[in-house]
Amino acid sequence: MNLRGKAVTLHDMSLRDGMHPKRHQISVAQMISVAEGLDAAGVPLIEVTHGDGLGGASINYGFPAHSDEEYLRAVVPRMKRARVSALLLPGIGTADDLRLAVDCGVGTMRVATHCTEADVAQQHIALARKLGVDTVGFLMMAHMVEAAELVVQARLLESYGSHCVYITDSAGYMLPDDVSARIARLRAELRPETEVGFHGHHNLGMGIANSLAAVEAGASRIDGSAAGLGAGAGNTPLEVLAAVLDRMGALHGVDLYKLMDTAEERVVPMMDRPVRIDRDALILGYAGVYSSFLLFAQRAGERYGVSPRDLLVELGRRRTVGGQEDMIEDLALEMARAQEREPRGKAP
Amino acid sequence: MTDERVRAAIIGSGNIGTDLLYKARRSTRIEPVWLVGIDAASDGLRRAAELGVKTTADGVDGILAHLEADGVRIAFDATSAHAHHENAKKLQARGVVMIDLTPAAIGPYCVPPVNLAEQLGTRERNVNMVSCGGQATIPMVAAVSRVQPVEYAEIVCTVASKSIGPGTRQNIDEFTRTTARAIERVGGARRGKAIIVINPAEPPIIMRDTIHCLVSEEPDRDAVIASVRDMVKSVQEYVPGYQLKNGPLFDGRRVTVFLEVAGRGDYLPRYAGNLDIMTSAALRTAEMFAEAMVRR
Repeated sequence: MNLRGKAVTLHDMSLRDGMHPKRHQISVAQMISVAEGLDAAGVPLIEVTHGDGLGGASINYGFPAHSDEEYLRAVVPRMKRARVSALLLPGIGTADDLRLAVDCGVGTMRVATHCTEADVAQQHIALARKLGVDTVGFLMMAHMVEAAELVVQARLLESYGSHCVYITDSAGYMLPDDVSARIARLRAELRPETEVGFHGHHNLGMGIANSLAAVEAGASRIDGSAAGLGAGAGNTPLEVLAAVLDRMGALHGVDLYKLMDTAEERVVPMMDRPVRIDRDALILGYAGVYSSFLLFAQRAGERYGVSPRDLLVELGRRRTVGGQEDMIEDLALEMARAQEREPRGKAP
Repeated sequence: MTDERVRAAIIGSGNIGTDLLYKARRSTRIEPVWLVGIDAASDGLRRAAELGVKTTADGVDGILAHLEADGVRIAFDATSAHAHHENAKKLQARGVVMIDLTPAAIGPYCVPPVNLAEQLGTRERNVNMVSCGGQATIPMVAAVSRVQPVEYAEIVCTVASKSIGPGTRQNIDEFTRTTARAIERVGGARRGKAIIVINPAEPPIIMRDTIHCLVSEEPDRDAVIASVRDMVKSVQEYVPGYQLKNGPLFDGRRVTVFLEVAGRGDYLPRYAGNLDIMTSAALRTAEMFAEAMVRR
């Protein structure tokens, strides 16, 4: 694989995707500390929002320690070089949230939909463009459809005004060939000035390998997270990716040592538990399930006496998509009833 | 026996208007006489013509001259928020009662088992049907809030990708905003939030709804359970596929109800309960207005 001389923009997720393993409880002081560390290391893009994006504060996804506005107003003015981004999932957040985030100084707006439903983002992408910010369309759970369908959806996002379109492996299910095929098709079929990005999860340990495959196939923006802090087994660990890209001669412009120190000294100490490929995170990647379901499945499993692994596998079989967290408790209740009728031991 | 059915026009020949036409044809109180579209080639207009219902592709202007001769007293508007403002102006000036299925919401929100009686009492001339998610979930919020104060109610509505038309997709914020407001105004929650999730699985999933309420004090479990079950029965009177799947579930001050809503499969297949609950609620509302008109 030859990545020599390729330019890659690294985008940190620890303060947005990292909200999931933190149950959205990162303090303002921690946000500032991590963001300042990343900024000093030269990470060009830093995402700050509720884990489920703007307006995600809810019973369904969890109430955060602070509002999106409080986090953004604390972090944005302290950035010397980095641009702060925010995520928005239409159906959860609205155009009002988007306007507020831009008012707080967000410079990149990322509008996310399930990989087959790009048309719900038209309004929001058009608004972000009108407000003059860098605009990204983000196709989640992209393992669920083939490259040809992703191209159709990506073209919609491009036509609404996206500067960049992402292939998002929300379940951490993809293998490098899956990533290469999808990114290469998008790169070939989108306008040359439209960037292509990749967002990975590390549930099968493929974060780095998939990101490299994405760069090789033409992606120029790659998401990762300092110390990997993110949903499931976390995102692609950003400092590891930066080190590997250095070795391969790709150009990312981030100070590796400062990034390593931020991960080690600022992100790791705030983890509630190690973000690693435990058996439930592994099953997310194995069964193709939305990574932020992890803690919900573990809590419901404990509460209703069902195995989180069985829950996650069934959620995958039912082809649930991002945002369906409410399905987890519903399904746990259903499985607990079935278990009562038919004690465990027999194959389902 | 004389036919006491009140004559109605349906404006909009998309999924909602066409489904409503099938349902209204079975009604003993409403007689649908017109289906109004803007696209002569639309599937809805073609089907209506086959059923012997009068059609026009000239929008609402195409029926204004016929309203009196055809005795149209009620109109369902299944177009768009923008079009509804015009349609309502023209039709209400001619004494037609409007049942608004768009997000325009010129008139008060109507969720039949919760506040229809009230609106009949005040003789509203234009009522709004909120949203599909609102029709499915607000009865449950009201079922809890009639037992004890609800500080906050949040609903999550998951629908099959195939059941959501382009109008809703292009303006998904209308759904979240309108539904949240109606959770407060009609459901009785102090604050409301609505979330919609679209799932493209094949075969398409049946509409699912989760309703979370945060009550201000320890939930009165027995009363909440009884109230929720009663309300489910009230909705089942006009939407037979409305099913309590799990709950009410109690977790501290949180009360959660899980529903599934299957349709009757009139225009779209049974999975599209979101379509059915909207058209059934609108028809139910029109039938009650019709009954009042006949009695007066």
